Amino acid sequence: MSGRAADSAEAVFREEWGRLLATLVRWVGDLDLAEEVAAEAIAVALERWPVDGVPDNPAGWLLTTARRRAVDLLRRRQTYAAKLTILRVEAERAETERFDAPAGDPDVIGDDRLRLFFTCCHPALAAEARVALTLRYLAGLSTAEVARAFLVPDTTMAQRLVRAKRKIREAGIPYRVPSADELPTRLPAVLSVVYVVFTEAYAASHGPALIRPELADEAIRLGRILHGLLPAEREVAGLLALMLLIDARRATRTDEAGELVLLEDQDRSQWDRAQIEEGRSLVVAALTGGPPGPYALQAAIAAVHDEAATVETTDWVQIVGLYDALRETAPSPVVELNRAVAVAMVHGPAYGLRLLDDLAGAGLDQYHPLHAARGRLLDRLGRYREAARAYRRALEFVGNEPERAFLTRCLTTAEERALG
Amino acid sequence: MQYLLLIYSEESTAPPPQDEIDASMAEWYAYTKAIRDSGVHLAGEALQPSQTATTVRLKGDERVVTDGPFAETREVLGGFYLIDVPDLDTALDWAARCPGAKYGSMEVRPVMEFDA
Repeated sequence: MSGRAADSAEAVFREEWGRLLATLVRWVGDLDLAEEVAAEAIAVALERWPVDGVPDNPAGWLLTTARRRAVDLLRRRQTYAAKLTILRVEAERAETERFDAPAGDPDVIGDDRLRLFFTCCHPALAAEARVALTLRYLAGLSTAEVARAFLVPDTTMAQRLVRAKRKIREAGIPYRVPSADELPTRLPAVLSVVYVVFTEAYAASHGPALIRPELADEAIRLGRILHGLLPAEREVAGLLALMLLIDARRATRTDEAGELVLLEDQDRSQWDRAQIEEGRSLVVAALTGGPPGPYALQAAIAAVHDEAATVETTDWVQIVGLYDALRETAPSPVVELNRAVAVAMVHGPAYGLRLLDDLAGAGLDQYHPLHAARGRLLDRLGRYREAARAYRRALEFVGNEPERAFLTRCLTTAEERALG
Repeated sequence: MQYLLLIYSEESTAPPPQDEIDASMAEWYAYTKAIRDSGVHLAGEALQPSQTATTVRLKGDERVVTDGPFAETREVLGGFYLIDVPDLDTALDWAARCPGAKYGSMEVRPVMEFDA
């Protein structure tokens, strides 16, 4: 089957493909083989179902077809390892009937997908490889779609995936869910992969568009899958809440011309209320039952913004308090920057500016949001000449076009005011 | 699967005090005993310092022998364990328990398997 035909078949069966693949990987212990036979089973389904009708148990049908194909391929290999794998696959056969168990059952499929999450996000893999593997095998994107997400040529992404799969196979990275005592050290890597996909969607680091909605949708979908698999993990709920609460403002974040609209200028009546409600109930769960983690705290901050009718009536004191908690659990210069902006809303721009000036010396000098934030505080203080200098600095480091256009407008205004 | 746990550390210029040496040797003995008792241990040795190393290569037919290790890096190979465990996670657990992980770093490399 050609790559394009395989891609479109996978798109039709994307959700099914991910579940099928995860179970096949556990059986055959090899991503390449699992991928090959999953694609073939789906191709056969696309050919036969329109003629023969859809079987009563479509998922079980696909798994059986893929399993038979895997056994055929393994028989041809004739190695000892292949023979052992056939024995394992045949022993798992009984499970096929359970594959179509009703949703909500403590099912084997869920465990398989969780296994695959931890394999794809294993710390022994390079950070880029983890994101690529997760988009390909958990979100079910085609290689071409993953390549677009990274803005690299298809061949580059295909190579990257091949290398990552080789490392999994040859280094013996296992397909297993970490034990309860390992989970705290292993889960953050999984959450971070999903969050990286989301942040890239929300503020694309390169290219013409500020928001790449297809990536935001994928990140939220991955967050939902993960939350379904680990409902008791509060940081998983926190991450899903954070994504939903930020994404609820998507429609108002750029104007018709695709240009950036700041939080204070967004039409809040256009925010997605249903999504905010869902995010809020998840935040409550994420904040309850122990000290909150960094995703829960960031989600709580997003919720405070989403609940406010205007920037002026936003509970900035509470936001500063949440940033104080965040800098305790997950200190970073970026948290300090956002905290300083919130402090400026409570105690005035001069106070916030002092905090930002301290940060410029703390390794954030090439982080354009720092200079953009300085420019805005200097504008508010009427120090337009210095504001213009800050915007120029921000423009040196900004990556996407809408933000560049926005900063250029700020610069022009500041320059005019400096002269006038 | 078999994994080679390579122990890298900086070599001390002056010998540490005797009580430090004793404490560190006790840690290494305890680790070696644990790894042997678990049944995963296939081999393991400590190496003489890198000043004792000699590098040899052939240029055409000519044998070129030079003093010292091939690569000049701060951390040098000081020893190894060869273990047989089910997967990388188990190998990483053993590597993390090794005193070498605390005093330097451990490189974990799978041993290549050839299909019979």
